[in-house]
Amino acid sequence: MTITLHHYLVVGALLFCFGILTVATRRNAVSVLMGVELILNSANINLIAFSRYSDVGISGQVLAAFVIILAAAEAAVALAIVLNIYRNFQIVDVDQASTLRQ
Amino acid sequence: MDGYLSAVVFYVFAAITVLSGAMVALSSRLIYAAFSLLLTFFGVAGLYIFLGADFIAATQVLIYVGGILILLLFGVMLTHRIYDFKILSTRVQFVPSVIVVGCTFALLLAVIFGTRWQMVKEAPPEYTAATIGKLLMTTYLLPFEAVSVLLLVALIGAATLARRDLTSGEES
Repeated sequence: MTITLHHYLVVGALLFCFGILTVATRRNAVSVLMGVELILNSANINLIAFSRYSDVGISGQVLAAFVIILAAAEAAVALAIVLNIYRNFQIVDVDQASTLRQ
Repeated sequence: MDGYLSAVVFYVFAAITVLSGAMVALSSRLIYAAFSLLLTFFGVAGLYIFLGADFIAATQVLIYVGGILILLLFGVMLTHRIYDFKILSTRVQFVPSVIVVGCTFALLLAVIFGTRWQMVKEAPPEYTAATIGKLLMTTYLLPFEAVSVLLLVALIGAATLARRDLTSGEES
């Protein structure tokens, strides 16, 4: 009963599918952001699992650190945009906010 | 016995991650989804520790839980009345999405179990922070500098974007 690479890959695939489901079904901008974070986390699980179970060494973990940094930058900019959309349109629905100006 | 115990711990972390991820996708209120995302991040951090990536696990807790989740909660609370059910639970094209996502998951499973992965049975290194630091300063120096500049630009841009009445006095 040992844990192999497949276990981590399946967990990553499940998390990825839930992230896709969140992005596809929610119309709330903040919810869509949460889905994107789920997808990034699933990619990170895969990166670190491959870095553990193959002979590339620790480079996968460095790549995962870059992914985390980019996720932080993305969340900050996206939240600023969402706040601006809310201020201008009083909505956070990504379907209704389809114009670039008021 | 040892392998059995570690398998149990792995399944606990995997269950926390997957179930709270499902809550993020399926819960009816946005604030519940935000707090399940907290559990997901902790579960993923546990999986990282299980994989021998202690530095990445600590980074995950610090940045995701301490930074990104707080940002998301700010986003939820600044843009909603929290108890407003109707806005929070709108969901579109649910059945087609579930079908497509199910097909995607089946495809991923087929790839995962159909590929002969190269498996190395070595034990992971005890501490990874020193090695990662050396790699960042040697092999990955250019990406490291690029990403630090990008982070600075993104933060300045976010602060500028989120500021109230940026040009209202000048234009009109």
